Amino acid sequence: MLVYLLRRIAQSIFVALAMMVIVFFGIYMIGNPVDILISPDATPREIEETMARFGFDQPIYIQFLTFVGNALQGDLGRSFVHGESAVTLILHYMPATLELAALGLIFSVLIGIPLGVYAGYKADRWQGRAIMTGSIFGFSLPNFWVGMLLILIFAVELRWLPSTGRGDTVDVFGIRLSIFSENGLQYMILPALTLALYKASLVTRLARAGTQEALVQDYVKFARAKGVSETRILFVHVLKNIMIPILTVLGLELGSMIAFAVVTETVFAWPGMGKLLIDSILTLDRPVIVAYLMMTVLIFIVINLVVDIVYTILDPRVRVTGGAG
Amino acid sequence: MSVLEVRNLQTHFFTDAGVVKAVDGVDFALNEGEVLGLVGESGSGKSVTGFSILRLVDPPGRVVGGQILFRGQDLAQLPASEMRRLRGNKIAMIFQDPMMTLNPVLRIDTQMIEAVRAHDKVSAKAARDRAISALSKVGIPSPAERLDAYPHQFSGGMRQRVAIAIALLNGPDLIVADEPTTALDVTIQSQILAEVQDLARDTGTALIWITHDLAVVAGLADRVAVMYAGRIVETGQTDDVLTTPGHPYSVGLLGSIPGHGQRGERLTQIPGMAPNMAHLPPGCAFAPRCFNADERCRTDAPGIEDMERVRQLRCHHPLTKAGGTP
Repeated sequence: MLVYLLRRIAQSIFVALAMMVIVFFGIYMIGNPVDILISPDATPREIEETMARFGFDQPIYIQFLTFVGNALQGDLGRSFVHGESAVTLILHYMPATLELAALGLIFSVLIGIPLGVYAGYKADRWQGRAIMTGSIFGFSLPNFWVGMLLILIFAVELRWLPSTGRGDTVDVFGIRLSIFSENGLQYMILPALTLALYKASLVTRLARAGTQEALVQDYVKFARAKGVSETRILFVHVLKNIMIPILTVLGLELGSMIAFAVVTETVFAWPGMGKLLIDSILTLDRPVIVAYLMMTVLIFIVINLVVDIVYTILDPRVRVTGGAG
Repeated sequence: MSVLEVRNLQTHFFTDAGVVKAVDGVDFALNEGEVLGLVGESGSGKSVTGFSILRLVDPPGRVVGGQILFRGQDLAQLPASEMRRLRGNKIAMIFQDPMMTLNPVLRIDTQMIEAVRAHDKVSAKAARDRAISALSKVGIPSPAERLDAYPHQFSGGMRQRVAIAIALLNGPDLIVADEPTTALDVTIQSQILAEVQDLARDTGTALIWITHDLAVVAGLADRVAVMYAGRIVETGQTDDVLTTPGHPYSVGLLGSIPGHGQRGERLTQIPGMAPNMAHLPPGCAFAPRCFNADERCRTDAPGIEDMERVRQLRCHHPLTKAGGTP
């Protein structure tokens, strides 16, 4: 198990390095940030001075090596616009996005799995078909539209929930989180639901397909022959078998929820990383974009690693023999 | 006293290609502690008969007629919840492929304890103790430790023993075993046969042993019923049927066992193919493959006829004359 983990971590480091190359050179291609940073009527001398200050006059490979050297020390540069360290800036906005994604994930599991298992159980009945038809809406309705519709229904018409903003936050180990305060949670429900809708449809479909497949297996028939109740068959025998594909997809989707919550954050004026990214792209704030992308890669890597570890808990056959498995 | 009496059982599958009468009028009875061998080719309806008794036929199949009297109670009419209470409790089943019957992601103890607790409201500890004693009964070494293992940590033979132990957990009156040794190699097969025979004898459990292997039946069953195309075509004491088969199909089955002829000689086989169950011939279903068939067989389905001793035959031209060999 330890060897397996070490190997996985080594792979992850390689992925991070590869990503560094792609991100750096990709951003380099976009354009020269100096054009935006200084006034158009600056003299060539001023331009050259600014270029020298940011190190843009160096050959690209020197710039890259400097970047890698700094990155290894946790320094991804200073924001041209905010003057703050890019990493600090992102870390400042990250908790809001993370907690939103986490709640979205919880919603999509709580909604998707029961619906999907039930739809698989009643696959040929109207209940199953109705759930499947419903999930098509979850797939096809655009995110911003769903968000606005939710605001219209729950905030404007029913006045049950607040529409935009973040609400109260509490400090948890120095991080401002709103998920633990009642008022803050109310602000999170609508954006989290918006984020969750697509994933919930995805989980529903996966759970349904898995359930249908599992229900015809001999072990289900054998469980019935033992006199085990249908509820236990569905939510113990079947569920544990279908969790593996669902978990894989959810792991990847969690990454994309964190990284691309941009639209939802905009609709609900949620002060997260997504909004920061949009602003930084508009001002070509290179260090922030690079730092954002690197953080996203890191998040994906960590999530994948966690998913792999959770696999071994769910499926005993994956457990690597010889170790503590 | 009879534990189980099946009368005119009919299980049909409603497919797009038409109604398949997988089981079409099966009658048999089983006494306490008796072992019945249910024999036939693939697709003869023997497994469906077994699943019908437990009401575990998968759609589009359905028991459409007949009675399944278990201790006088008609299982075919029982509500689903009461049927669940009987399954695994009074009537247990062992499946064909031990690699598939245990849930791969649940530990053996989970799968055994739930089988006990589905019927008896005992503590997890008591259920675990019962699981341990069942495992040791079927010859699994150090059962207490093996309980913590997952199915993939067992060999095929061991898994089938676990499945048998699960069937024994609640001391059932009847076990339906659907080709439980077919997927195992021969040495394991004979061990398991011997163990099951002892267990059935010790506990007085009646056993329906579904198989296509006549050699297994010869060593195990008190009585044998030969099925063809959804019907029992011959039934009787195992020795009688195996030594003097009365139905041409039974003769064919016996003849297909390797080892009768000379080395290098072609094995005898029953000509033709098992019939298409959706389109059975109007007369005797076996007539197109029968060496002894005449016009009457092709137009007129034979009924079941009682012979001497508990022998019954469904044939216009039985090979043993009424009475057969005593």
